[in-house]
Amino acid sequence: MADIAVDIAELANRRRLCVRASLSRRHLIERLFRAGGLTAIVIALGLVATLFGMMASKGAPAFMQATLSLDVTFDPAVITVAPPPARAAGQSEADYRAAMLVWQRQVTLANWSAIVETAVRNAAPPGFEIDRRGALALVETNERHRLRDMFVADPGLLGQTVRVDMLASANTDNWLKGTINRALPDSRQQLSRQTRTLADTLLAEGKIRFAFAWHLFTNTDSRSAPAAAGLAGAFVGSLYMMLIVIALAVPIGVASAIYLEEFAPRHRVTDLIEVNINNLAAVPSIVFGLLGAAVFIRYFGLPMSAPVVGGLVLTLMTLPTIIIATRSALRAVPLSLRQAALAVGASPTQTVFHHVLPVTFPAILTSAIIGVAQALGETAPLLLIGMNAFVASIPATPFDQSSALPAQIYLWQGNENRNFFEARTSAAIMVLLGLMITLNALAIFLRTRLERRV
Amino acid sequence: MTVSIPPDNTGAPHAPVSASAAGPAYGETVRTPDTVPRDVRLRARHVDVFYGDKQALFDVSLDIPEKAVTSLIGPSGCGKTTFLRCVNRMNDTIEDCRVTGEITLDGQNIYDPSLDVVELRSRVGMVFQKPNPFPKSVYENVAYGPRIHGLARSRAELEDIVVASLRRAGLWEEVKDRLREPGTGLSGGQQQRLCIARAIAVSPEVILMDEPCSALDPIATAVIEELIDELRLLYTIIIVTHSMQQAARVSQRTAFFHLGRLVEEGPTEVILRHPQAKKTQDYITGRIG
Ligand SMILES: Nc1ncnc2c1ncn2[C@@H]1O[C@H](COP(=O)(O)OP(=O)(O)OP(=O)(O)O)[C@@H](O)[C@H]1O
Ligand SMILES: [Mg+2]
Repeated sequence: MADIAVDIAELANRRRLCVRASLSRRHLIERLFRAGGLTAIVIALGLVATLFGMMASKGAPAFMQATLSLDVTFDPAVITVAPPPARAAGQSEADYRAAMLVWQRQVTLANWSAIVETAVRNAAPPGFEIDRRGALALVETNERHRLRDMFVADPGLLGQTVRVDMLASANTDNWLKGTINRALPDSRQQLSRQTRTLADTLLAEGKIRFAFAWHLFTNTDSRSAPAAAGLAGAFVGSLYMMLIVIALAVPIGVASAIYLEEFAPRHRVTDLIEVNINNLAAVPSIVFGLLGAAVFIRYFGLPMSAPVVGGLVLTLMTLPTIIIATRSALRAVPLSLRQAALAVGASPTQTVFHHVLPVTFPAILTSAIIGVAQALGETAPLLLIGMNAFVASIPATPFDQSSALPAQIYLWQGNENRNFFEARTSAAIMVLLGLMITLNALAIFLRTRLERRV
Repeated sequence: MTVSIPPDNTGAPHAPVSASAAGPAYGETVRTPDTVPRDVRLRARHVDVFYGDKQALFDVSLDIPEKAVTSLIGPSGCGKTTFLRCVNRMNDTIEDCRVTGEITLDGQNIYDPSLDVVELRSRVGMVFQKPNPFPKSVYENVAYGPRIHGLARSRAELEDIVVASLRRAGLWEEVKDRLREPGTGLSGGQQQRLCIARAIAVSPEVILMDEPCSALDPIATAVIEELIDELRLLYTIIIVTHSMQQAARVSQRTAFFHLGRLVEEGPTEVILRHPQAKKTQDYITGRIG
């Protein structure tokens, strides 16, 4: 007994000395580790901020676009059409509509370019010399169709002069924003000298201004009128795909995870399934695109470039992510909670649904939202199922041809009119990133809210 | 196979039934029968439990009398919790845990494949060594069992059950104003009483209590002991305890486990005052533990 006591006293003494001696070293390591962690975070945040900053500075100009305010005269000498057919008594609805279509076609055939040309000439300073092509080059081509639509909607415009805001062409926009080198010789400029001079003059006179480009969100993609190209089609396509992923990947993924984790017997088959789910999560996304093309398009005959196929492919891609995240969330639930429920006589299913799922719900929700956000940004598989096709309409159903936001970015990035589309691409990226940030913020918000409740 | 304990015909009160007298069916357990015979509804026969390759219980055979409290005592790690978990098949939830032998409740083997374990657990309630309330409100904790079994015919009746259970567990006064607050926010001792209230809310026939008072102060302990004494009149209770005094206060029979074996069982006063087996004597007098 006695020598043990001596040992303890000696040990206590040694402890006192050793602790004191090692303290400064321990604190140093502590400080180093913290400093390292802080540095890592600062670097990561810096990189993210740089990326966002670059995107924002490059993309911001695209949100403001050169717009002309022109006095447009619906000249009866040019628009030589009869007044629209009135519905005769006794005429059937179908007949009336057919007559209306004939009239609309005649309106379309009117020389709308001449109307635009006159409007531009009238805006130019008196005596300014400009040829027809030069005048038309100032205005985006889709504006002719818009004038036609205005007239069809209101035939009373004939003979009137109204002020119309029209988008300047992409080349005009480039010139005015300086995205094309203004010092280049005439031969290498997209616009003639007259057009450029006129553009500068109109800008100085305030007849051209930079207005917010709402059409970026309301228009679909356009080749013939690049200045009027928008994201609406791609956005709706992405939305359909997101809904499909939410509707399929989340319930299937969560249900499989629950089954595998809570109910499946542990044997070789379930081990094999587990290994393969992990493998699936590591499969490059482009392979899922190939699979989608082969299975959904070739075998099941689903249409090319359709959000339904994209949604199914992204569902396959997202499933393993959701399954793995859900399983690890379930595994984190302590056995004692399950035992507590089982001990009062809850069945395994009741235990899972009444006790295990509620506590894991925030984590499952977060993983699902992040999985969906990932799917939303996925590009490679979409290229293989034709979603990078040029589509100039908003898909009415998920079975219609459509693009998707990331595929649209890819398309714009490769557009020939680099000067104009560089900013456009960044703007589209900003929209996509904005969507992602919204989704992730939603995930964080829901998680903190649900975790506080209980 | 169910084997009944042969009548004690040696004449002497509390005479031990030695292994040789009882035959191989009883292992090496020293048994002292009750002077007043009690009905036995729960029997364990030749129970072996393995965690993987490691055997935790060796050939345990024990009769648990009805309307009485049986306490399980023994040094830490001797298998008391393991035995308790066999009775409501909570061992099923532990991976690699294997139980052989037979445990019968009312003559039916609870390990029979035809037996519904959900029904078994509604008949055999359990209070765990570590308090494990649901991360839900105090009210929900107690109401959960009666609700899933459909015990209450109305909301009001469910409320009555909850209040009565909380009262009997000696928790009512402390939580009556915080029924909507999470049960996990209570103190350790309050949580344990909440778990007791949760267990008795479904009125089980057998109640297993694994050191229910280890986290309680003497006053709360007294409340629980009173509760146990009250419940005894209706139920079959098995309690694991490290306190000899508690065993003496609440239990009628005591079983002493050592290193996975049931060394001795008999009326509590015999085990605590005149233990027959050498190991029991050593444990009671504090020489092993
Ligand atoms: N889940 C498990 N996995 C593996 N071994 C276990 C498990 N639970 C218990 N054991 C082992 O079984 C033996 C008996 O454990 P048990 O928990 O039954 O002891 P106990 O008598 O309840 O002890 P205590 O008084 O400390 O609670 C111990 O050796 C323990 O290590
Ligand atoms: Mg124990």
